[in-house]
Amino acid sequence: MCLGVPARIEAITGSEAKVVMGGIELRASLDLLDDAKVGDYVLVHAGFAIQKVDEEEANKTLELLKELGMG
Amino acid sequence: MTNYKLKNTEYWAHKNYALKMESIITLNHGSGGRITHELISNLFLKYFSNEKLNNLTDSAVLETENCSLAFTTDSYVVDPIFFPGGNIGKLAVCGTVNDLAVSGAVPKYLSSSFIIEEGFSLDDLETIVKSMAEEASCAAVIIVTGDTKVVPRGKCDKIFINTSGIGFLKKEFEKIGNASNVKPGDKLIVNGTLGDHAIAILASRESLKFESKMESDCASLNHIIQKALAVCPEISFMRDATRGGLGTVASELASKIKLGIVLNESAIPVKESVQAVCEIFGFDPLFLANEGKVLLVVPAEKADLVLKTIQQDDLGKDAAIIGEVVSENSGKVVLKTISGGKRLIDMPAGEQLPRIC
Amino acid sequence: MKFISEYRDGKQIREFSELIHKVSKKNICIMEVCGSHTMAIHRFGIKNLLPANIKLISGPGCPVCVTAIDYIDKAVAISKIQDTIITTFGDLIKVPGSYSSLEKEKARGSDIRMVYSILESLDIAKANPDKKIVFLAIGFETTTPATAAGILKAEELKLNNFLVLCSHKIMPPPMEAIIEEGIKVDGFLAPGHVSVISGIEMYRFISEKFHKGVVVAGFEPMDILQSVYMLVQQLENNTPKVEIQYSRVVKPEGNPKARLAVDTVFETTDANWRGLGIIPKSALKIKSAFAQFDAEKVFNIKIEELKGSKGCICGQVLKGLKPPSDCKLFGKVCTPENPTGACMVSSEGACNVFYRFGI
Repeated sequence: MCLGVPARIEAITGSEAKVVMGGIELRASLDLLDDAKVGDYVLVHAGFAIQKVDEEEANKTLELLKELGMG
Repeated sequence: MTNYKLKNTEYWAHKNYALKMESIITLNHGSGGRITHELISNLFLKYFSNEKLNNLTDSAVLETENCSLAFTTDSYVVDPIFFPGGNIGKLAVCGTVNDLAVSGAVPKYLSSSFIIEEGFSLDDLETIVKSMAEEASCAAVIIVTGDTKVVPRGKCDKIFINTSGIGFLKKEFEKIGNASNVKPGDKLIVNGTLGDHAIAILASRESLKFESKMESDCASLNHIIQKALAVCPEISFMRDATRGGLGTVASELASKIKLGIVLNESAIPVKESVQAVCEIFGFDPLFLANEGKVLLVVPAEKADLVLKTIQQDDLGKDAAIIGEVVSENSGKVVLKTISGGKRLIDMPAGEQLPRIC
Repeated sequence: MKFISEYRDGKQIREFSELIHKVSKKNICIMEVCGSHTMAIHRFGIKNLLPANIKLISGPGCPVCVTAIDYIDKAVAISKIQDTIITTFGDLIKVPGSYSSLEKEKARGSDIRMVYSILESLDIAKANPDKKIVFLAIGFETTTPATAAGILKAEELKLNNFLVLCSHKIMPPPMEAIIEEGIKVDGFLAPGHVSVISGIEMYRFISEKFHKGVVVAGFEPMDILQSVYMLVQQLENNTPKVEIQYSRVVKPEGNPKARLAVDTVFETTDANWRGLGIIPKSALKIKSAFAQFDAEKVFNIKIEELKGSKGCICGQVLKGLKPPSDCKLFGKVCTPENPTGACMVSSEGACNVFYRFGI
């Protein structure tokens, strides 16, 4: 029920981040997240960053998918 | 706790659960989707019905003693009036030129009527008119008649423009608008990426807060279309994919020809930033507006030739074969998804709205 | 697009589909309870990719569909009050109430504005100090923290013209209600973004008490297929448990900071789920400490009770008991333009999706 997109933090001013996804720039509030920094990917929903995207986990998933697919 | 007085009390009486057809016009009536079609069928055709109009083609074909004319009209109310890649004036020329061109006609003459709000900037008006002149020159058409009205402040939104157009239509192309020669096996070609205009407009409005470098694809298509017709006079159908997008054009076509259409999602060209906006706000790129894109339906054996020809034009660099006409699923448009699945696409009722859910 | 395109590889998807065909033997029924899953499954044509013995059904996961009709009626009534501005997500604009919709009231002259975020609503409140700005808050756990943060911000800014009409709902209660009712479901695809906030503990009872599998799923085609595969593995081996497929954003503990904001501003309450009836402690209401922002308390709107429509089987569709095509009204009386029941109302509702995409 929830459109959330992964976007990269390009700049932070106070508790607001400028995030970019596919060349599109958005503003996202960081009020619901701790320790977000420039360069992090975050999940953005309704104008808020609600979680960091764990790149390591993302890669693990992709690796697993590749392995399973070839099995 | 505060009690607020209501403006009227009509809402207390709601006996009927089912929502009745309301007698007001909403934005959906102008979106190009199903509700627009219903308004046209149920109201305008009811009173204006005649064999020319009932075809509902982009241009009406009018026979004279010596040749056929294509005749069309369109009104332009875009907001904002200046947007990346163009303005309301450029649009007013391109849009009408394109409606003639997709009927197979060579656009020749335009009229231009202006309704201007009191207080509108003369400089802005000059910029718009200059753009129109430039675009007309580009499209090799001339504006031969016009009109100007000014209304008091608040009675129209800045400026509205109507352009009507006449083009010369060769006999061999008269069936294009009607799609009467479309048959199973014909291929569908689009001359470039979808949704650019819609996203450029959305980015320029204050309502959705995102930034993008996207420019409108607003352009006159008559030259590229003439090139395609030169190598393939057998083109069976053309339509420009304006409001309502390519998806609406495909739905209208399938319904008209009572055949099926299959589209290949992976072949449909969409810029990454348009796709990103769609992911963020829940839009479907198939139903986003374009102002410089045409759908061509061509016999299978000529599809590669037409594709190569239009790819050599500036307005066709991203052209692609995106689907074909089939005999199954009559009247329906099936999308083969990027995952290898299938789904129907359906003309939206009205405007696409952004969603969070 | 990073973290999206990689999960849409056509070749990989086909290979994965073949794998599921190979390992899946039992007849199983999987329910998804998220409108975005309903949309994604149809958008990518996922059902075509699964073997016939796997049945994928939609549950009550569309917040617009399950919103009681009187919520729209209240919003419409408020929109007619002088000097109010309604701010809403696009999802609600076309939803019909008993006699009108926000779209129609906008056409009639009410000030109704679409926003992507409650933060835009706050900006409108700041810019219009003489008006009352009302934000229509719908959605499940994914969206609730944003509303909470918005209300806390309004308090910080000392805004006295900002109000929220709250219809937020919570996810596990309807899942439990469905199982208690005896609906035949073997496993759930749990909503990925809800779980980003809530974590996964709230699903434990489903595997421990009811022995159904739960996989927290993402929204890309590969996410959904992998989640189905994981559920199939659980069910083939008879080891129902709670697992996370969407690990790149779902942590077992969720987002505690977001939950703290929610707990500060809201408390649970019973709610009427359109099509499902009253479910205890399944919704949120604004705590009395924040009553000045609660539109329910500030506006005293009375709405007449209405009966449901004859022939509408939305209740059964929402529970996954019947497909939309079984409904006598489907496609004839009840269409996306003239929806009779909850499931046709939203673009994510089971009937709406089936009408537009079904093959």
